[in-house]
Amino acid sequence: MLALYLRDVRLGIRAGSGALTGVLFFLAVVAVIPFGVGPDLNLLARIGPAILWIGALLASLLGLERLFQADREDGSLDLLVMADSRHMLALTVFVKCLAHWTANVLPLVAAAPLLGLFMNVPPLSLGAATLTLLAGTPAIAFIGAVGAALVVALPRGGLLVSVLVLPLTVPVLIFGVAASRAAVADPDPFLQPFLVLCALTLFFAVIGPVAAALALRNAD
Amino acid sequence: MSETANPTARLAALANPTRFLALADRLVPWLAAAAGLVLAAGLAMAFAAPEDYQQGITVRIMYIHVPFAWLSMFCYTLMAASALGTLVWRHPLADVSLKAAAPIGATFTALALVTGSIWGKPMWGTWWVWDARLTSVFVLFLMYLGIIALTRALDDQGRAARAAAILTLVGFINIPIIKFSVDWWNTLHQPASVFRLDGPTIHSSLLWPLLISALGFTFLFLTLHLMAMRAEIWRRRVSAMRRLAARAAEGRLAEGGAS
Repeated sequence: MLALYLRDVRLGIRAGSGALTGVLFFLAVVAVIPFGVGPDLNLLARIGPAILWIGALLASLLGLERLFQADREDGSLDLLVMADSRHMLALTVFVKCLAHWTANVLPLVAAAPLLGLFMNVPPLSLGAATLTLLAGTPAIAFIGAVGAALVVALPRGGLLVSVLVLPLTVPVLIFGVAASRAAVADPDPFLQPFLVLCALTLFFAVIGPVAAALALRNAD
Repeated sequence: MSETANPTARLAALANPTRFLALADRLVPWLAAAAGLVLAAGLAMAFAAPEDYQQGITVRIMYIHVPFAWLSMFCYTLMAASALGTLVWRHPLADVSLKAAAPIGATFTALALVTGSIWGKPMWGTWWVWDARLTSVFVLFLMYLGIIALTRALDDQGRAARAAAILTLVGFINIPIIKFSVDWWNTLHQPASVFRLDGPTIHSSLLWPLLISALGFTFLFLTLHLMAMRAEIWRRRVSAMRRLAARAAEGRLAEGGAS
């Protein structure tokens, strides 16, 4: 399992496989927003955490399509499915999701505070947004694994993955943005939405890999 | 023992498409007639019902909006049950049922959203608000469209069926969220007023027309669903026959080339 994790992370951060492109996409999305809504710093400070969340959501959808497809092309997916008797397939999927998250999404979370500074987000709110991103983005990876597993056999499934996955990520987005906003707006509690967000991540950490394993077994 | 075995045996007997088609052929006219009659009665009662003291005539939108919203959730629940039928019992008709129900459910959800926003404009002063009930129903609509897109994207029917079944089951999380969204969050949409533990809070003069028209729309849904399933089975038969014919023609060509 550890070997699989290391292999996937190493494949993920090699040039050309999309991890850097994901960060660049995140930068581009966040940089485009001020042009869209105007360079009003007060407004940007208010909607900054939400922009960071939406940018991270879109950027982490980008690489999902390749989650299982690269393995399918070189045949190692078949080996993983066949090794089900030794390592439960759901566990394998879970590890792959974690590796995908480490390689593609963790850099985004690391880049988020810097981008928040560009948008004049106050430090407290910035910390809250980064913390919620850290807690919430794994849920997106786990939900995305279901979508990626469903369309693994399709030649151009990338758009379909996004269409299938986006509606399911709405609760994560709602609680993530609610928690990062509550850190600054004083009467709103920060802890409750944050705990719900953590619960969502744990919930999808179970549902996602199991459903994705089921879908992968059906794909052949 | 026999009581539990009987329904299962009956369901298994329906796995034969010809038997199912015969049953559907017999049921559809009756269901359609029932839907027409009950809907006509429900609409008549809706127009005879007294107007709301506050909302005036716009309360009549309730008699179509609420059934559409109930049915949009009922249809998804039916699809989730079919998805279980596909994945657990591998019932061949479960997949037909799921595929046939998805467009109907999407239509009912869209109608619920449209009638709701037409009702919301005079009452709330806005076409749309992002509150929990409206947002979760909108997510349901998007999920219907996603399921439709997925079933149409894969050419292999068996694989498309199982993929759609898995997606349907994962998306089923949304149904309890829709149902309880008005209780969990402080929404502009009113809380549940018909299915409550302490009895409905609507006056019976408004409640009865609502229940009758909901029943009528349920009959309409069942009619449409059976008709769509029938059409889907015929479509599969036609494509199977076409494939057989193509193979036979190929065989003949090969023979002709050899001789």
